[in-house]
Amino acid sequence: MTGQDAVFLLLGAVAVGSGALCVTTRQIVHAALWLVVSFGALAGGYLVLTAEFVAWVQVLIYVGAVVVLLLFGIMLTRAPIGADADLDSGNRWIALGVALATAALLVTVMVLGFGGAHRPVDAGGGSADQLGASVFRTWVLPFEVLSVLLLASLVGAIVLSRSDIGARSDDGNGAEEGEG
Amino acid sequence: MHIVYPTSVSALLFAVGVYGVLARRNAILLLMSVELMLNAVNLNLVAFDVWWRDRLHGGQVLTLFTIVIAAAEVGLGLAIILLVYRNRSSVEVDRLRALGEDGTGAGAPDAARPPAPARDERDPSDRETAGRGNAGADAGRGDAGRETEEAAP
Repeated sequence: MTGQDAVFLLLGAVAVGSGALCVTTRQIVHAALWLVVSFGALAGGYLVLTAEFVAWVQVLIYVGAVVVLLLFGIMLTRAPIGADADLDSGNRWIALGVALATAALLVTVMVLGFGGAHRPVDAGGGSADQLGASVFRTWVLPFEVLSVLLLASLVGAIVLSRSDIGARSDDGNGAEEGEG
Repeated sequence: MHIVYPTSVSALLFAVGVYGVLARRNAILLLMSVELMLNAVNLNLVAFDVWWRDRLHGGQVLTLFTIVIAAAEVGLGLAIILLVYRNRSSVEVDRLRALGEDGTGAGAPDAARPPAPARDERDPSDRETAGRGNAGADAGRGDAGRETEEAAP
C-alpha cells in the first residue's frame, strides 16, 4: 500500500462515514452539513486520483451550490430545526438489509474483478487544459446538448415555482386547485 | 494505486445512498441520498478514467456532465418539493398517497374521511361489481362512487 492508497482510504472513510451520518442523523440541518463533509472528502479523493479539475468543480457545484440549494429547501419547507424522530420511515430495517446486500454485492464484484490490480498514477491527467481540450474537441456535442438541458430545467423550475401562472382558465379549474 | 480502493469506497457510498432513499421520509433528505448515489457513480467514473489513462478523458468529462445534470436535478426537484409543500403542507413521502391504489389521499387537505379498506381485502366477485362504477369514480367523482362501492358487500 502506497501513501496515495493510504490517503485515499482515509478520505474515503471520511466520505462514507459522513454519508452514513447524513442518512441517519435526526436533525435535518445536520444532514445537509454532513453532506458537505462527505462531498469535501470526495473532492479530496479526486485530488488524490489526479483529477484536479473535477475536484474543484465538485467543491464549487456540490459543496457550494447544491448544498446551499438543499438548505434553502429545508428552510422553505419549514422543517423542524431541532431533533425530529419522524425523519425515518417504518421500513428502515428492510432498507438496511437492501443497502447491506447492495454493498456486499458491489464490493464483492469489485474485489473479485480488480483484486490485486495495481498501477502507478501519474499527475497531470486531469488538469484544466487537458479536460478543456477534450470537452471542446471530442465532447463538444454532448456539452451543447447539456446546455440545452440546463436551460430546459431552468425554465421548468421557474414555471413550477411561480404561483401567478397556472393552467388556462378554459380547460378546467386546475389553476384554482394549484393555488389552494 | 490499487483500483479496488476507489471502487470499494464508491460501492459503499452507493449503498449508503440506497439506504437513505429507502429509509428516509422527508423528500429533501431523499434528494440528499440521491446526491450521494450520484457521487458514488462520479467516483467510479473518475477512478476508471485515471486507471485506464483515457486519452479522450471520457470518464472525467462524463463526471462533469453528471455534476451538471445533478445540479439541474436538484433545482427541479426542489421546485417540485416546494410545490408539493405549498399544496399539501407536508413533504413526507409516506403521506403523499393521493395517487395510491386506495386513493385515500391522506396528505390531501380533504383527508378527513376515514380511510377506505384496501382493495385486496375484497373478494374477486366484489371487484367485478365495483369495476362498473369504478370508471367514473377514477375520473374525479371520488367519494360518492367509492361509498357505493364500499356499501355493496
